Amino acid sequence: MEQFLLMNTFSFPILSTAIFLPLVGAVLLFFIRNETAIKVTAFITGLINLILSLFLFSGFNPETHNFQFGEFIPWIPSYNINYVLGIDGITIFLILLTTLLAPICVLCSWTAIKERVKEFMFCILIMESAMIGVFCSLDFVLFYIFWEAMLIPMYLLIAVWGGPQRDYASIKFFIYTLFGSVFLLVAIIAVYLVTGSFSIPNAMFRDYSMNFQIWVFLAFAIAFAIKVPMFPFHTWLPAAHTEAPTAGSVFLASVLLKMGTYGFLRFCLPITPKASELFAPLIIVLSLIGIIYGGYVCLSQTDMKKLIAYSSVAHMGFVTLGIFSLTLFGFEGALLQMLNHGVTTGALFLCVGIIYERTHSRQIFDNAGLGKIMPVYVGFFGLFSISSFAFPGTNNFIGELYVLLGIFKEHKIAGLFAIPGAVLAAAYMLRLLKQIVWGREDKRPIADMNAREVIYLIPLCILVFWMGLFPRPFVFTVEKTLGYLHSQLNTILR
Amino acid sequence: MLILPELYLILFSIIFLFISLGKSRQNTILTAKILSFIALLVTAYSLTGRDSLFYGAYRIDLYSQIFKLLIAFGLCLVIFMFSDKDGIEEEFRPEYFMFIGLSSLGLMMLSSSVELISIIISLEISSYSLYVIVPLRRSQDSNQIEASMKYLFFGAVSTGIMLYGIGYLYSITGSTFISEIVPQFRNLMGLPFGILALLLTLTGIFFKLSLFPMHFWAPDIYEGSSNITTTFIATLPKIAATALLIRLATIATPAHYSFVNALIILSALSMTFGNIVGLVQRDIKRLLAYSGIAHAGYLLMGILTLNIDGIASAIYYITIYVFMTLACFYVIITISRQGENTSIDDLVGLSKRSPLLAMTLAVSAFSLAGIPPTGGFTGKFFLFTNAFRQGYLPIVIIGAVNAVISIFYYLNLVRMSYSKDAGDIEIMRLSAHERMMCYVLIFIIIYMGVLPFGLMNLFKFSLFY
Repeated sequence: MEQFLLMNTFSFPILSTAIFLPLVGAVLLFFIRNETAIKVTAFITGLINLILSLFLFSGFNPETHNFQFGEFIPWIPSYNINYVLGIDGITIFLILLTTLLAPICVLCSWTAIKERVKEFMFCILIMESAMIGVFCSLDFVLFYIFWEAMLIPMYLLIAVWGGPQRDYASIKFFIYTLFGSVFLLVAIIAVYLVTGSFSIPNAMFRDYSMNFQIWVFLAFAIAFAIKVPMFPFHTWLPAAHTEAPTAGSVFLASVLLKMGTYGFLRFCLPITPKASELFAPLIIVLSLIGIIYGGYVCLSQTDMKKLIAYSSVAHMGFVTLGIFSLTLFGFEGALLQMLNHGVTTGALFLCVGIIYERTHSRQIFDNAGLGKIMPVYVGFFGLFSISSFAFPGTNNFIGELYVLLGIFKEHKIAGLFAIPGAVLAAAYMLRLLKQIVWGREDKRPIADMNAREVIYLIPLCILVFWMGLFPRPFVFTVEKTLGYLHSQLNTILR
Repeated sequence: MLILPELYLILFSIIFLFISLGKSRQNTILTAKILSFIALLVTAYSLTGRDSLFYGAYRIDLYSQIFKLLIAFGLCLVIFMFSDKDGIEEEFRPEYFMFIGLSSLGLMMLSSSVELISIIISLEISSYSLYVIVPLRRSQDSNQIEASMKYLFFGAVSTGIMLYGIGYLYSITGSTFISEIVPQFRNLMGLPFGILALLLTLTGIFFKLSLFPMHFWAPDIYEGSSNITTTFIATLPKIAATALLIRLATIATPAHYSFVNALIILSALSMTFGNIVGLVQRDIKRLLAYSGIAHAGYLLMGILTLNIDGIASAIYYITIYVFMTLACFYVIITISRQGENTSIDDLVGLSKRSPLLAMTLAVSAFSLAGIPPTGGFTGKFFLFTNAFRQGYLPIVIIGAVNAVISIFYYLNLVRMSYSKDAGDIEIMRLSAHERMMCYVLIFIIIYMGVLPFGLMNLFKFSLFY
């Protein structure tokens, strides 16, 4: 265990604090009656956690591929289950993204959620806990518990505060994801029986038999493919996205979808490298279908949220494409693209939430022609939509570039098929943008964004440019971890 | 004073016998609550006893005492769930408590019995009291009469089959003591005759556990008897049945493939049947009956590994099963106004009527479905791990698929209470006692989900004797 894990050097268990602080905040909410106080408490909890994670980042050592800030407590010794936490280059930014979005989600629900505010904030904070937990866990059982525990608050967010079809959407979301997770559980047990421990790093890069790898890979892949979601398993996503409240959509798009691709990077590649190589063409084909199919479906959407939801299918296709190109560029691009998608799509959902609060409609036509009515809003919306189709200078451009570099290196044909996907993205996003800005002539009394809304979009705005213009710090942080992963894969596969 | 819990339960029943003879019916429930709580304390006090009584027919060890403690805890919780509005008429309450006490006595004896005749006697003590309380329900209609008749007949038939099996066991080995049967029987287990004898003997236990193919009584009896009786039947007898099943099943070893295969088939059929039929149920009690059938299948999955780890996880599973089922029934009991059955539609808007009850229901439903961080997940996880370790991959996969099937109807409970809007909402005010019960049950379910090692080690330790 020790060789993978650099123990925590802070004076307190920083990862545990990051996981359990929101939980404590959530419990605190039960003792508060005043609604404003509840919102403020939730926001402050999120903010403290954000600051904490910035500390984490400042202490992060990008020079090593090992897991850092490690914590190790025996949990169920007879089964060799331990409470092990640690982060590396893959997870540090995902945690930062989560902690950044949590306070934003509180802010964006400030007025949108009118009933059962306490329970809503409770769910948001529990979600944050579970999501950070998923990224920090280095023990299969711990990971699985967080992974599943996340389902419950997310289900409630959709089922209680969702739109008119929430009943259908929430059930579909829950059952779909649970279906995948059950196979994950079986695969976890299978790996345990071979390695004798539930430690994730311990299970990596071992010499398993091919047969074993194939089955474990398939079990993993089905769980993660549903979460991503990849092409044939994506049908839960539009339903869940459209019906979820804004904060739910943001968490769903920005963090939950990343868990699937995180799973591919963390489990499939290191634990079952040979099977990953074997199935890579299949996954690449599915990703390409997702990219192109998602793009075409987007072109015909009249519902803003649905459009962005389907665009997620396409964007996540790029991520899986990058991962299964099995090149270093592909990995880096995939990771960057995960962050980009989190920032951009999250921001787009926030934008939809802002306009929905005013017009109570998600239809493009109802919200068209805002150019003169809401200039500030349109400014933000425009920025995030051009970033979404990877306009040079914005974050997505860098990510897609890396992915395409990776995929062209390995599979030229696949690269060729990915290009139309990128063009489609421009087509549907520009179509949406055009409608929103100039779609209608009539003047309607819609208030422009208020200070609170501007405040929570600004950090995302900065990130769009930062990652687009100066991505070096991001790449530098993840380089070592991904490089190690790549070199290990190379030694095994070649 | 080794059999203090048993003696105390006899006293408990006698007290209520005398109360039933008198006129006064006030404070019966309060008395029952206090006395059942003392039962819990008494059982906990005698946890560490260790001896063999009645010429070796009755064994007191950590294993049996753990089960007794669990039975006492369950009894205590069931009686604490008893409320004025439940469907038991006031004049019958003392008798009701008397029979519940006697039944628990039988169950406790069952977990200590290591000799076939005393097993049968304990089984009958526990069953006969139940046959009496099933028809006790306000608003007499044919349902509870039908239920009690079915229970009686099916019970009698299954006991008959069990006796038949015991006859075989005795004729093969010439002894009724399990400890003497085991060494002789190991050699005979390869023969169809041996397997048949053991399986027939287990039939009576399968009946108590409502395991396929002895499950058919459960839905009707759950539906027909009053809510509190169902709560009792759905939980306590299963604890004792598990204790006994473990004692008898471990006559075989993992090397007895055909016996293990028979159990695997029963387990698979039970969980699949229970979950699939559960999908279409509207009455929550019927639904829980099918859920109980499915869970019996899961439980068997731990026992069929026939090794210490697997069996310890089965004990863990029955423990968490008792608590999550009790939590679910508690919600049913509380929302039903005059002790009538509740259908799924009655749950609509529960999260607005009473958030705490809705949460209790959600926690128990998620636990029944096996979603972390609840105890149901941890229990299933141990079961899967141990069955897998023994190489029974097919049953693990069937179990996993079943977990997905079952989520449909468990989630339906949560969905009804959270995402369906009710037209008119009347807020339910919970008393301090009711709130306390909810908190205790939620706490236990989450605790068993997050910190299982203490209990797990205890169960494992108890099996070494």
